[in-house]
Formats: sequence, C-alpha cells, structure tokens
Amino acid sequence: MKRKVLWFGVVILCLCGAATFLFAGKEKPAEEQFITIHWAQWAPADYLEKLSEGFTTETGIRVVVEQTPWETFVQKYNTEMIARSDAWDIIVGDSQDIGNMAVNGHYVELTDWIKDHGVDKTFTPASLTYFAEYPKGAGKYFAVPCEGDGLAWAYRKDLFEDPRNKALFKNKYGYELGVPKSWDNLKDIAEFFHDPDKGFYGIAIYGDNGYDSLAMFAEQVIWSFGGELGDYSTYKVDGLLNSEGSIAGIKYYRELFKFVPPGFGDAFYVKCNDAFTAGIVPMSCNYLAFFPALANEATNPYAADTDYFACPPQKGPDGKTRQYAALGGQGASVVTYSKKQDLAFKWLEWFIKEDTQMEWAKLGGYTCHAKVLASDEFLKATPYNPTFKITMEIFKDWWACPEYDVLLRTFSETIAGYVVGGKGTAEEVLNKCTQQWKAIFKEAGYYD
Amino acid sequence: MRRRQKENEGLTIEAHYRSVKDKTLMRLFILPTLVLLIAINVFPLVWSLFLSFANYTAKMTNVWGKNPEMIGVANFHRILTDPEMWVKFITTAKYVIMSVVGEMLLGFGLALLLQLNFKWKGIITTLLILPMTMSPVIVGLMWRLFYEPNWGMFNFLLGLGRIDWISDPARNLYSIVIADVWMWTPFVMLLALAGLSAVPKYLYEAAEIDRASWWFKFTRITLPMIYPILMLALIFRTIEAFKIFDLPMGITGRGAMAPPLLAMHLYNVSFVTWNTSYGSAIGYIMLIMILAITLIFVKYLNKAKQ
Repeated sequence: MKRKVLWFGVVILCLCGAATFLFAGKEKPAEEQFITIHWAQWAPADYLEKLSEGFTTETGIRVVVEQTPWETFVQKYNTEMIARSDAWDIIVGDSQDIGNMAVNGHYVELTDWIKDHGVDKTFTPASLTYFAEYPKGAGKYFAVPCEGDGLAWAYRKDLFEDPRNKALFKNKYGYELGVPKSWDNLKDIAEFFHDPDKGFYGIAIYGDNGYDSLAMFAEQVIWSFGGELGDYSTYKVDGLLNSEGSIAGIKYYRELFKFVPPGFGDAFYVKCNDAFTAGIVPMSCNYLAFFPALANEATNPYAADTDYFACPPQKGPDGKTRQYAALGGQGASVVTYSKKQDLAFKWLEWFIKEDTQMEWAKLGGYTCHAKVLASDEFLKATPYNPTFKITMEIFKDWWACPEYDVLLRTFSETIAGYVVGGKGTAEEVLNKCTQQWKAIFKEAGYYD
Repeated sequence: MRRRQKENEGLTIEAHYRSVKDKTLMRLFILPTLVLLIAINVFPLVWSLFLSFANYTAKMTNVWGKNPEMIGVANFHRILTDPEMWVKFITTAKYVIMSVVGEMLLGFGLALLLQLNFKWKGIITTLLILPMTMSPVIVGLMWRLFYEPNWGMFNFLLGLGRIDWISDPARNLYSIVIADVWMWTPFVMLLALAGLSAVPKYLYEAAEIDRASWWFKFTRITLPMIYPILMLALIFRTIEAFKIFDLPMGITGRGAMAPPLLAMHLYNVSFVTWNTSYGSAIGYIMLIMILAITLIFVKYLNKAKQ
C-alpha cells in the first residue's frame, strides 16, 4: 500500500512538471501599454483624458490622467520627484515651478525635440516662454504648452445694460456703465453695485493666501499700474517691487477688496464662481479654465446673461497706459525617472498636432497653438474664447526660479494683512517684502 | 536506575535545546518589527535631529557640505529670536488653554449629568460620543460650512448676521477652539464617566449618614477620587491640542490669514517652502515643549495616585 502511494505521488509530480514545462513555453499574453499623466483635479484634466482616447485609438496606448486636488497638487509632485519616483510619465506642472524642476533635473530637457518638431514655430512665443523655458530667454525648454490660462472677468450683462442702472451710474460717475475700460472704471462699477444691506456686493475677487491666488491677482494690478515684481534676469527687487507703480497697484487691490462679499479672505476659484452663480455679485475675476461652469445653464442660472472681458488697461502714476493679466495654466513635461519615456514622447508628438489642438480647444482645453487660437472655429466655439485670445496676448507670469514658492509665501504673508485685513500701508508691506526677497535671493547666491 | 538517569539527562538536553530554539524563534519574529521601527521611527528622528543643525532643503539635490551644510545652532537661534515665532508660540498656548479648559469643564460637567437617572440616557450618551468618532479633517470641513458667513448655520442659528469666522484673524482662532471643544469634550466626558463609576458607593452612603451636603460630597469624595483620571485626560488633550493640525487645516486652511499655530507653521515651512532643516528645528522645539508639559502633568498624576 505504502509503495502504491509513493508511486502515485511520483506520477503526479511528473505530470505537474510536464505541464509547467509545456505552459512555460507558450507566449505570454501581450501586456497593455499605458502612460500616466499627473495633473491637478479640475475639468481640463477630464478633457485631457477624453482627448487622449483619440491617441489610444491611434496607437493602442492607454492614457491615465491622475488628478490631485489643487490644494496639494504642487506639494505632491514635488515630493514624488524628490523621491525620484516613476509613478508618472508626464507631469502637467505649474508654470512657476519649471525652474525648480529643470534645475533639479526632474524634467527631461526638450530643447532639441521642440525645435525638431517645430513647436517653437507653431505655438505662441509667450506660451513657450512662460510654460516651457528656463531660464527665461536662455532658449532651453522643458515643457510643451498644454493648458494656456489666465485671469479674466465674467459679468452680468442684464445688470450692466439695465436702463435704470445705466442712468444712475451716469448720474453718479459722469460716464456710461459698460465693460470697464480701465481698472479705475472697474472699481467705480464695483462701488456702484455694492449694497450689503440688500445682500448684493460689488465684486468677487481672490482673497485666499494659502498658495498663489492672492499673489496672482496682486501681480496683474502691480504690472497694470506700472510696477514690477523685480528683474527676472538680475534678481533686482529694490526700487521695483516697492516702486510707485507697485504701491499704487497694491493700494488699488485693497480698495477693490472693500466691495467683496463677507468671508472672502479665503476666496479662490470656487468662492468666486459660487458668488457669481448665486447672483450676489455683478462681476467676478477667475481663471478662464473655470468659466465653462458660468456658461452652463445647469450650473449658472444667469448663464444667458453672462458675458466676459479681459483685464482692462490702466494709466499708471507715470502717465503710461499698460494692460496685463496674470498667467495661469501649465506645460506638459516628460519625467526624467519615467521608464516609458518613449511612449510619453509619442503622446507629446500626437498632442502638438494641429487637429489634436483643435479637438483640445473644442473639448474645453485652452490651446496655445497659434493657428488654432486665431481660427474662427476656435473664437466662436465658446462665448469666452475671444476673451481668452486677448488674455493670451497680455499675460505675464510670476518668478519661475526654484525659490518661487518661498517668494510666494513671503509675498502672501506680508500683502494679505494689508489687502484682506487692512493692516498697515501699501508702502510698508511692499518695503518689508522687498527686504525679505532680497535676503532670499542673497541666500540663494544670485547676487554673488 | 542508570536507565532513568539517562532518560532524565536526555530530557534536560531536549528542554535546553527547545528553549534555545524558542529564543531564536522569538528574536526572529521580533526582528521585522524592530527593523521597521528603526526605519520608520528611529531613523527619521535621528536624521531630523541632524538636519536641525544644518541648512538643508529636500527640494534641491543633495550635495554634502552645501545641501546639507552644517550651521550649528543657527536654526534654533533664529527660531527663538524671531518675534514672529513668539507670536506663534503665544497663539498656540492661547489655543491649548482655551480648548483644553473648555473640554475639561464641559466634559466633566456632562459626565456628572450623565450620572443621574433619566429617560433615553443610553441614547443621549451615545449621541454625545459621536463627534469624537469622526475624522478631524471631516469635522474641520463640516465646521467650515457651518461658519460660512453668507449662508452658514452658525451665524444663522445665533442670529449674528454675516460675521466672518474663517478668514478674519480676529475671530478664526476662536472658531477652531469651538470646533475642537465640540469634538473632544466627549473624550473627557467618557474618561470622567469611567472614573465616576469607579468611586465606591459606600463612601457616599457614609457621607449621607453624616448628612453631608452635595458640595461637601463633591469636593471631598468625587473630585479627589477621580482626580488621577482627570489628570490623564488633561495630559492627552494638552498634547493633542498643542500639535493640532487637521482641524485648522480644514476650517481656515494654511493661508497667511489663518491663526499662526505652530503645527501649521511647521507644515508651511517644511512642505510649502521646503525649508526642511528649519522645519526640523521647529519640530524639535515642539517636541521638547510637549515633553516638558507632559513631565509636569505626570508628576502631578503620580502625586495624586500616592
């Protein structure tokens, strides 16, 4: 009996061995090819995932767009890059972070690729400078402009065109109520509509100072009033950040902030859109990427009466007129640590094509492709696309050096108290910030 | 006889062999946990202590001598001589005192009330415990909605008009204290309830025979008997309140207008501006402060036990 059991075991073992040998010889089923793109959690990321379905159909390579909430988006990809992670093949990162990513070697340099594929000729020069180039003016590129965005305005046409409002406004300010022709004009309109007793307020603008929202609004008024954040090539800030124009810009921001609804000290894109769709403000400033919600009747009951305009020009204390808007948006970069760089480049090649860019624009993405931007098809696709085109011509960006985050934090900490809380004066806060920035640049070795 | 002796010897050797084997096995079982503990707890502790004496940012590439660069006690000196850091220390102390005192008084008061017999006592006790069972981040976000000045429940229920409890620095510290007290009062209440139920009934019976007043029984029996457990609640809550992060992050966010609490500042320094070494130094100062406070409380706790 014992012998029989032993033999039975030997036979079973032999059969198992033979089966393993036979199956091991067979071909493994083909592994699915895919790339992962990391971006912030918002509607354009959904559009990109939808757009990339076309790439999958063409190549069979699946595209996963991983989204992280805006509040932790920059920290998350910075942490992953510090750990040299290959979790993502492409990062659609913030424009001001490009210096940090380039200097530390987290992004693959795309200079030759961009020239070989003619991106420098087909995309707008400003978008390449701000989304892809570091150092600015050096001709070295680390990204492909993906989502061009900027701050612009939505307003209630019905309120602006109401004959009674028009008559009252003209009587008070001596000129016609309409789309503001200057920042001064915009403040008058905010003041005119501001009626807290009736639960109606003059304006919805950013007040949040956790990341870059307050700084982005501040920089566009600083530039429009003739001020500067500093010299991006020499890192000189004294006499620029605390110049007469910069002081006038920050003073203006404080004055405008008096007409926001209560609790706007932490207002970012959600609060601005919410105030507008709740019908408690006549106009709201936001990134263009958040305007689809305002044009949609399902999310905005005033959608039919909503129109858009770009940041207006302004005469500065020096008598010169300037027009600027703060840049938003991101460029797509290939991650150095990605094990699928070949697939990532394949996706980039497909993404920069004119027809892909047109499709991208139709889905709701903001293309930086010059030809698509200028096309009638694009301009008529949404009610805010003409505003986007103007904004793309007047935008400027924050510092892009690796220290941009410390600059952001110190700027927000010093400016917020004055703009939101009304503490101190514009001169005091800008002088304080200038000294802090000088110390940061000195420590980083830019003055050596 | 000889055979039995041999058998005994064999058993001793086997027992010895078994015990050695058990010890080795025991060590082998402990080893993975030990390695994990060293890697996750001990190494970061030592590494961050080293970094607190250096100038280092995790964002930039490591270059020994430059990043990290040893700078001695410069980080600690900068922290302790910076007037803005002292504002953060004072704000955190204010927060700890307000929230812990509120929780202790309310928690103990509720526990005393729950000692009485009334209808639905079980259900009410369960409902009172609910806030403590929630995630602090969720509680923070929920209170943020309550505090919303334009349509939030808080202003509406109290008839306060459109007061900004979130971004106004004059009020937002109190808004976090209120949420913290709401969330953690049940914790003190539970501990106090456990303490109260352990007080021997015969003590009260004896006091009643002597016609002692309610106040006499409370101050001479109840309080001394549950003093150690209240001290324990005080220690736990003080430590937790000192390093509070999730609740303010949910209510006010980490902006410049948020209350200047130490843990929030530590986060901003370490993970927003990536000043890793300065953040490590702040972390160590916080650790020393928490240890000092705990030691004082533990001393009182031991005295109370004696």
